[in-house]
Amino acid sequence: MPKDFVDLLADLQEEEVIKLTKQRLEAGEEALAILDDSRKAMEVVGDRFAEGKYFIPELVYSGELLTQITELVKPYLTRPAESKRLGKVVIGTVAGDIHDIGLNIVGFMLDVHGFEVYNLGVDVPPQKFVEKMKETSAPVLGLSGFLTLAFDSMKETVEALEAAGLRDKMKIMIGGGQMDDEVKKFAKADAYGKDAMEAVSLVKKWIGVK
Amino acid sequence: MTWQERREERFEKWLSAPGVNFVSPEAREGYKARATRIINAIKLEKPDRVPCQIPGGSFPAYYAGFDFKTIMYDYEAMRRAWVKFALDFDSDTVGVAAFTVPGKLYDILDYKLYKWPGNGLPDSASMIQFVEKEYMKADEYDALINNPADFMLRYILPRTWGAFAPMAKLPSISSVIGIPFLMLNAASDPEFRPMFDAINKANEEKDKWLKVVIEVSQAVLEAGYPSEGGGIALAPFDTIADILRGTYGAVMDMYRQPDKLLEAMERLIPLSLQEVKEQADMSLSPTVFIPMHKGDDVFMSDEQFEKFYWPSFRKLLLGLIDEGLVPYMVVDGTYNRRLEYIKDLPRGSVVWVFEKTDMAKAKKVLGGYACIGGNVTGSLLRTGTPEKVKEYCRWLIDTCAPDGGYILTLGASIDNCNPDNLHAIVDTAKQYGVYK
Repeated sequence: MPKDFVDLLADLQEEEVIKLTKQRLEAGEEALAILDDSRKAMEVVGDRFAEGKYFIPELVYSGELLTQITELVKPYLTRPAESKRLGKVVIGTVAGDIHDIGLNIVGFMLDVHGFEVYNLGVDVPPQKFVEKMKETSAPVLGLSGFLTLAFDSMKETVEALEAAGLRDKMKIMIGGGQMDDEVKKFAKADAYGKDAMEAVSLVKKWIGVK
Repeated sequence: MTWQERREERFEKWLSAPGVNFVSPEAREGYKARATRIINAIKLEKPDRVPCQIPGGSFPAYYAGFDFKTIMYDYEAMRRAWVKFALDFDSDTVGVAAFTVPGKLYDILDYKLYKWPGNGLPDSASMIQFVEKEYMKADEYDALINNPADFMLRYILPRTWGAFAPMAKLPSISSVIGIPFLMLNAASDPEFRPMFDAINKANEEKDKWLKVVIEVSQAVLEAGYPSEGGGIALAPFDTIADILRGTYGAVMDMYRQPDKLLEAMERLIPLSLQEVKEQADMSLSPTVFIPMHKGDDVFMSDEQFEKFYWPSFRKLLLGLIDEGLVPYMVVDGTYNRRLEYIKDLPRGSVVWVFEKTDMAKAKKVLGGYACIGGNVTGSLLRTGTPEKVKEYCRWLIDTCAPDGGYILTLGASIDNCNPDNLHAIVDTAKQYGVYK
């Protein structure tokens, strides 16, 4: 029996899954159904990453395959894809630090677990975090940083949120290269997560998802 | 000669420091004692006490009351910062000022691989950062493999240094007879003129900077502090994934053209060996600094490490060892699952400095095989007290120092912290790390 779409994508079979995408579209299948299968496949990818079967190369490559599929499907979309989101999370790499690999993995994992992720990118000044937290009223903020210089930037970001009177409306988690529980205390954040799975567990706990 | 004999020659040169006029007999003695300590640790022997290395990073800038941007642009400030750092902390080696790069030179040549304070980063940024991009395109592996020098000159150089952009216009640099004319044509092409102007301007800047670097290195040596890092290299996978293709590009290649990726990494080995040997022949220290990035436990699977990271890197290491050099790896992240692989090298031939690897496990696996160190984290130094730092260093010494083959050092360089925390490391090595 040929592998189905979800398996092909989850197993990172580029040629086959792209071919199957085209076949399904040509057969007149609903574009949203393909996107829905893609989402299921990405959940499998996320699970395998959490189980230590997949690593960064698999995540990056699956992301690339998803982009290709989305591009193919787009012209056939008659209405926007909608999915129920569990809650909002703002994430970003703090000021002065331009590392994004870990940040994007956390974004990916939160997204496949059903959260609405606002990824502000890298070198994000404290004020930009403040504005985004005001605008979205997200209950969770994730600060990423790879270098020691991020220690101070994290602290400054938390202090800017305090000064704006927003701090007690949110939970703040930190993660990345040189972060640990000591930096969490230093920066006055609520938690440190050592990897993307811990970020997901923290957000689930804080937003109240079982 | 065996690799050990070639290495003995290099150790001898490092120890005897030819041409160095020490400021005092004590400085000469101190120099010898420090270098001996490191050499003993490398050879898995017991030194008089645990050797201790404090890498500077950008800490010297803040310690001397400047910031990082200032010492990148003001070479006199750089001089004061590094000399003060070297003399105030009794590190067994000092990685000299060459690690503070000249900001103005990069401005003039429009370097694109880095962002630095005032150029892509806020003025207050305390370190340089690396800009990952696909400087090499997916379909360019053959160009790299067939003629690496031509590829670096006409593809990578113009894409990574704005001032060298006209180099992309040159025809292929492969004809023996044609090269002089190719140079003449470039010299008369108006598009090349700004490049030559920039080279001249940058050269003036380089001379000013290098003069200070040499003077600082000299002063530090004369005061009795051995230099470290006779050369610098990258694992072939990191050369591709950090610099040429970027993480994203390298990952695509792992799936779409793994054979090309493997062939290119193989091609890079002899080039890297030659480059490092030339650097090391000119310097006193036989250690080769190798920062390691994308082979860690979190980044790739064991299968991927076995296929894409370790074989070409091991070959590079064996080549360096065979030259009598001492590869000195600084391993970012965690290497708990890699320890059994990296054990597979000649006994006592390399140094592994770990950032977050489980040091008890590292000692268990590598003890008696390779010198280890590291793991004093940036977090501890930035947020901890001297007492906490001492406590952790005592644990590290208890765990890793028995039977030798151990260096007490940081897992990564630091930008800013309480200076007493760095003193606490050195003090612990001196007071607690004595071999009986």
